[in-house]
Formats: sequence, C-alpha cells, structure tokens
Amino acid sequence: MTATTTAVASRKAAAAAVPTTQLLTFELADHLYGIEVDQVQEVLRSQKVTRVPLHTDAIAGLINLRGEVVTAIDLRARLSLPARPEGQDAVNIVVRLRGESISLLVDSIADVLEVDDRSFEPVPDTLDGDVRDLLRGAYKTQGRLLLALDVDRAVTG
Amino acid sequence: MDGMDDIISEFLVESYENLDQLDRDLVALEQAPGSRELLASVFRTIHTIKGTSGFLALSKLESVAHVGENLLAKLRDGVMAMDPVTADALLAMVDTIRALLGNLERDGAEGDLDVDPTVAQIKAVLDGTAKAAAPAAPAAPEPAVAAVAGVAPAAAPAKRRRAAKPAAAKAAAPAPAVAAAPAPAVEAVEERADEHDAETVEDAHEPAPAAVPAAAAAPAAAPAARSGADTDTHRRSAADSSIRVDVDVLDDLMRLTGELVLARNQILQQVGSLTDDLDLTRAAQRLNLIAGELQEGVMKTRMQPIDALWAKLPRVVRDLGATCGRQVRLDMVGRETELDRTLLEAVKDPLTHLVRNAVDHGIEAPADRVAAGKPREGVLRLAARHESGQVVVEVSDDGKGIDPAVIGASAVRKGVVTQAALDRMSPTDVLQLIFAPGFSTAAAVTNVSGRGVGMDVVKTNVEAIGGTIEVESVTGKGTTCRLRIPLTLAIMPALTVTCGGERYAVPQVNLQELVALDVDADPGLVEDVGGAPVYRLRGELLPLVHLSEVMGVKSEAAAGRLTVAVLASEGRRFGLVVDRVLNTEEIVVKALGNQLKSVGLFSGATILGDGAVALILDVQALARRALRSLAAERLDLSGGAHRDGDSTGTGERLLVAGIGGSGEVKRQIAIPLDMVTRLERVPASTVEVVGSREVVQYRGEILPIIRLDRYLGAYADATRTDLEVVVYADQRQGGRSVAIVVEEIVDVVDASTVVHSDIDDHGLLGSAVIGDRVTEMLDVRAAILSADPSFFSHIEADLALADQHASTLTEV
Repeated sequence: MTATTTAVASRKAAAAAVPTTQLLTFELADHLYGIEVDQVQEVLRSQKVTRVPLHTDAIAGLINLRGEVVTAIDLRARLSLPARPEGQDAVNIVVRLRGESISLLVDSIADVLEVDDRSFEPVPDTLDGDVRDLLRGAYKTQGRLLLALDVDRAVTG
Repeated sequence: MDGMDDIISEFLVESYENLDQLDRDLVALEQAPGSRELLASVFRTIHTIKGTSGFLALSKLESVAHVGENLLAKLRDGVMAMDPVTADALLAMVDTIRALLGNLERDGAEGDLDVDPTVAQIKAVLDGTAKAAAPAAPAAPEPAVAAVAGVAPAAAPAKRRRAAKPAAAKAAAPAPAVAAAPAPAVEAVEERADEHDAETVEDAHEPAPAAVPAAAAAPAAAPAARSGADTDTHRRSAADSSIRVDVDVLDDLMRLTGELVLARNQILQQVGSLTDDLDLTRAAQRLNLIAGELQEGVMKTRMQPIDALWAKLPRVVRDLGATCGRQVRLDMVGRETELDRTLLEAVKDPLTHLVRNAVDHGIEAPADRVAAGKPREGVLRLAARHESGQVVVEVSDDGKGIDPAVIGASAVRKGVVTQAALDRMSPTDVLQLIFAPGFSTAAAVTNVSGRGVGMDVVKTNVEAIGGTIEVESVTGKGTTCRLRIPLTLAIMPALTVTCGGERYAVPQVNLQELVALDVDADPGLVEDVGGAPVYRLRGELLPLVHLSEVMGVKSEAAAGRLTVAVLASEGRRFGLVVDRVLNTEEIVVKALGNQLKSVGLFSGATILGDGAVALILDVQALARRALRSLAAERLDLSGGAHRDGDSTGTGERLLVAGIGGSGEVKRQIAIPLDMVTRLERVPASTVEVVGSREVVQYRGEILPIIRLDRYLGAYADATRTDLEVVVYADQRQGGRSVAIVVEEIVDVVDASTVVHSDIDDHGLLGSAVIGDRVTEMLDVRAAILSADPSFFSHIEADLALADQHASTLTEV
C-alpha cells in the first residue's frame, strides 16, 4: 500500500497539470471497479447482516455502524453477477449519500488509484442495458479496465 | 401566587437575555448610528419590557421603559440622530432597568430605587437639553457610572454572576460567620478588576445605593457581599437557573444516551453470562444505575408539563360554550404531568378535538340539564397522570353520555359492522365503534365538531405516536375518553421474537399476552374459518397470522407447537405466530434507509443488546395487511353489491392458478381475467437475469418475470423445466408486458359464484372459496409494480386509482 501511495504521489508530481481522479478500487467477480474516494466514508470488514424480508436480493440487509442502522447493498446482486461463493466474506464500503450512510458489499478492496481523466471512456454499448445504467464509464488503466460505478444509481435503483 | 411567580421569572429570564442583546446593540449603534435594523431591534426589546411591566403593574420599570421607548421611536423614525449623549442616556436606561429587575428577582418587588434621574436624563435628551444633563447625571450614582464606563455595562452581567457565584458557593457550605471571611477576598479581586462593576454588584444586591461607596476597601465591602452571598444561596438568579439549548443538541444527547443504554445492556448480558468476577459485576451494576439515571435525566430535558397544552383550553371551552349555549366549568387535574415535547405537540389536536366534542355533544344545554336533575353548569374535567411508564390523559364530562344501543344501530346502518358482529360485542366494545372510520355521532353536522375530523382521525393520530384511546360512558351520567401516551418516542419497551432465523421487535404497547399452543396434543386448537386459521382465546375468535408467511421466510419453529403473541391494533386483535419469544428489551428506534421504506411492514430498526440489528414490526401495517376482518365483514354484508360497484361489472371472470408447494398443498390464486392477455408455457432455461430481475424473451419483447410463489412467499420446487406463464400486456402503455409465473393453471370461474372470506395477505386483495378451495385474490397491479415499478408510466395516477379501488372495496 505504501509503495503504491508513493507511486501515486510521484506520478502526481510528474503530471500535475493532467486532471486526475482518485478512485477507491475493489474487486467484484474478478472485475475491477472503482468509486470516487471522496464519496467513501469508511471501509469495514465483514459485518453481521440482518436480512430484510420482502425485499430484492440487492439489499443484503442492515448492519450496525456504531449505533447507526445502515442499509447494505450487495453489489454483486445489483450488477447481476453470480452470488458470492460460500465462505467468502464481503467487505463493506460505507458511502455517504444525501446525509445517509449506505454500505456497499464487495468482494475485496484493491487500492486507491489516481487515474488520468483522459483515459476515461463512456460505457461500451455492448454492455447489458441494466448494468450499463449503474456505471459511469471505464478508465483504461494499465493492463486492466477499471469500471467506474455510479454510486447514486447503484444505491437508489 | 405560584402562577404569578412563574410569569415573573419567565419575564426575568427573557428580559435579562434581551438586555444583554440591548447592550451590544446600543454600543454597535454608536458605531453605526444610522442602522435601522439595530434601532428596530432595540425598540422592540424596550417595547416588550414596557408592555410586560405594565401588565405586571411594575410602574417604575414601565415609566423608565416608556420614556426610553419615546426616545427610541424618535431615533427609529429619523427625527433624532444617535450621538454619544443619546447613547449615554439609553445605556443609563438599560442599567436602571437591570437594577430594577435585580430587585424584582430578589424581593419580588421593584424596591425603592429612584428612577427619576434616569427618566429626567432621557427626557432631557428628548427635549434637546441633554448637553447640560450629561454632566449633571452624577445625581443618579449608578446610571452615571455606567454612562462614564461606556462599554463596561456590557461586561457587567457576566462579572456580576462571577462575583456572586464563588461567594455563594463558599457561603453555602460553612456557617455564615465563616462565609464572611472568604467573601471579601472574592470581592476584592473583582473590585480590582473593575471598580464600577463591583459597584453594580452591590447595587444589584442592596437596594440602598448608599450602602457601599464605589471605592470601598475590601473589608468594608464584606458585610454587603455577605448579604449578597446569603441571598444567592437561597435563590439562584433567574438568568442562571435556565438556559436555552438547541433541540438538535438535545436530540444528539438523547441518541448517545440511547447508545449508552444499549452498550450497558450488552455489558450486563456478558457479565451475567461469562464471569463471576465480583468487582466487574459490581462495576456493571453501577454502570447500570448511572446509565439509567442519565437516560432519565436526558429525557427530562425534553419534558414539558402538559399545562403548556392545557393553557389554551379554558378559552376554547369558554368560546365554544358560548357558541353552543352550554354552561361549562373546566376542571384540570395534574397540570404538572410531564411528557416529551414532540408528543405534546402530537396530542394537541386530538385533545382539542376531544374537548370540543365533550362541550358540543357531551354536555347538554342548561335547560336539559335542569330537566335531568343536574346542575345547570356542566363540568368538563381534564386529568393527567403518569401510570406504568405511560401518560394517561382523561377528558370526562358529566353530560348525557353515549348509549351503546344508539351507537350500535348507527354503526350497522352505516355498514361499519354487521348486525351479527354487533350482537357478539360487549357494550364497551360497541362504544369503541365511534372511533371506526366514517362514524360520527352528531345528529347534525355542527360548526364546532363533526367537520369531517371525526373520532377516527383522533384515534389515528393517537396511535401514530404509539398511544391508545378508549371511551367509557354511562348513559345520562357522562363520558370519559382516556388517552394513553408513551412518555417518549425515542425509547420504547419491546418484545423480541425470532422468525426464520431473524429477530424482530414488537412494540410492547401493542402486545396483550403470549400464548403457547400445543397443536400436537390437540389438533383442534387451531380452527379454520373461511380459509383463515383462528384460535379460540377464552371464547373469542383470534385470527392467527404466521409471521413467517407474511415475511416469506421458512419457519424454524418446532413442529406441533405454536407461539402466539396476541397483538392489538386499531381496536382489532390478532395472534402473531412466531418461532420463539426471546425477551423484553428497551429499544431505541432508528429510522430505516430510504431503500427499505417501501416494504411498509417495519416501523424502523433497532440495535439489540448484542449489537445486532433487528427490525421493528409495524403492528398497524401488519394488521392491515394480514387481516382486514372489518373490511371483509363489510364485503360479506354487501355481497353482490360489491360487484355492481366494480367497474368490471357482474360478469367478471377469474383465472384460477395454483402456486407453491407440491401435490395437494398448493395455494390457489385468482387473477381477474381482464388482467390476463395470454397464457404461455416457456422453457425455464430461457429465463435471463437483468440487474436484480428476471426476464424472458418472448415474441421479440423482453418481459419482466414475476414469480408469484416467491412474491407471495410460497416456495415451490425449482426444478421445473417449463414455466406456466400468465402474460399481461397493458394496451394503453404502448404494449408493455409482464409475465406472471404460476405453478399450474386450474380453471376459469365466474366471479358471481365467489364468496369473500375474512383473510387478507401481502399482495392480495382478499380471498374466496372456489370449488371448495380457499382461493386468494391477487392484487395484480401491486404484483406488476413489484417486478417493474415503471410499468404504469403515470404511476401516481394509477396508484391513486388503486387506492380508490382499495377504498371502494372497504367502503361498500
């Protein structure tokens, strides 16, 4: 992590003029996704989730965040990905949206990346319609495509 | 006298605050003489003081404020301009007012302070002779000092308090003789800091200004200081004894206290079960006590006496009595009973309505009363008291009372109940019918009550805050309405239960009793009435609702045993069958996120003792959703009439389909045939998942799929290769379609053969017996919306329609 941070810092220094965005990246079914760092409130390890009956699969349930009841949304279900394998614990990314804390369940946290805004592209048309709505676009980072999640839509949908 | 004291102390608190502001404003005015805003603010303050002092017959205060107001009016209107001399006069006025208030606070009277010099000084400014007046001012010692000091008066109140407090604190503990010793020291420090202020201290405590000269040495000041200190020991200054606090701060405190209580519960549980360490146990017990007291204390900050609400009622009663030609005496008992501010606000309307009702309908006209052998004057009695963690408020009158027979007949006529149901009811239960929707006892709609805001609204409002209401009446003797309101909304006692592996909290206020049924030993315990399970609880039929079915989860209860929580809501009782009852806990109610509000079965969430989140069941919604016995009874009553009223007419035909389970135990669902476009069979393998939803491609369209078994909480075996699909295409909406998956198509029947029974469930409109089987009527619109919320593009209009539809169902 430290190495990456310094790498980010040096890159930042080198290309100060280039508009960049800081993204918290995470893994979901072997894909790399990212959300903007300033939307993230905190990251928590697996929490005990209380299921909410009569609701869509995308809502994993409720978690206790220091006395606040927070809705947890399973991004796998939200993005129509296969369910998380048994025994694999989800990681909570708590985002703050319009004064409300909401937890997004992901497979694992990857890194904080500073991405070049020029490498951004809108979502490819080939993507499934519903999923496409949930993405802002993609960053062409080295070796891997980084899908930028539209947190607002992922949460309200 | 008590009431007067309250008014005066309120006046003092308010005036001190205003004066502090006034000092700042006046000094600011000197910097910006033309500021109309500041002038208007100053003017308002003095005007308020003048008005109140006139009302309280404080003539000196009034005369000072009066000339001050004259001067300020001229300044405000631009007739005069602000200059240092004017400012001096105004500041002198402020100090005089302050001194008068000080006297008032200590002695309850204005004292013998001479206000004439100040009045003369202001008058001189008004007359334009002020140039000479300013140097002449020393005649009035205290105001003059203030005038010279200029900015100093602003600091005076703070200093004064500081001076008084340490002295008072020291004087409080030891005997007065000893108190004299430390007092001068304090006094000396203060004096060195600011001579003038020290004098203000003396003046404030000692009505005779001559007692202490300004430059008095410390020892000389001692007696005066002691007298001041002694006075303060007995009485805190009004400004010190109360402060204004932002409600948000209190709410935060409340929340944190709630968390503390939860953490305490958690620790107590752990300590109780894990350790026998005596010290730890003792510490936990102390924590228990402290947290309890803290919670109580914080709660108290939000409490207000109910008198704040009642204070307006004498006027209401008086005016109303005049309008209706009644003579009414209002008795109030328990004015000091306190309850949460927000609750106070919430019961305001219901209470006012009850009072209006009592005057308008309860108490008879004087002539009628005399004829009935009662005094001409009727008595309306308001009583409030604390009772087992609730506040009980009673509104009683000694009027004509309510006759259950009249209520019953009227209820039957209006279709609120059936005659058969009425016959089974006790007289007390019959009286409660006045709270049923659409019921009004007034023979004629009067201007006073019965303006559409019926007793049902009162009941709804009271229940919305977790309260209950009941009515008692003796014909000819009078009526009593009794409201039970929780002390506070934030923390409530609840019963925790489990169902399908999750825990739920049931508000204690809805809980009547717990019943365990051994169905194995006696299978006849639970009977079937029109397809709905019921239990005879002491002879009365108690409809049973399985929480697992409502939630669509699998029950984990031991077979053959039923644990039933008997719940009451909106005057109806039902038994909620749960897996297991855990215990009772005090829970802190937390709001649910926006994503979860649509479910509607939960009023919130809470965090249990072990830190896990549990959902709080909304018993009202549960009752409404799970059983509409009253509504169903009305449907029974009207029978075919319901069909007539329906837009689809008498010839409505129903498609009957089976879902869930295997073999014999399938549930039967009926779908109106006009909501069926086609019946299809599609291979299960063609079902695709888009987002969180399932879709199927069909004739070049993408159809969202509703699996009825999942939607209605009846799980089927998932191994079928082909799916029976009911396709509904809405022609108006440009051909959007949905596919409703059922297990099998059973039949198409004519709706006129249908008999509605008294059961209702999630997503259903009602139920009927078709071909000897209980068949549930699907709420197709709700089902479609669950799969495709945007299916009806003008969704609002459709929802309104659906609502209307629902209400016509219940109204008929």
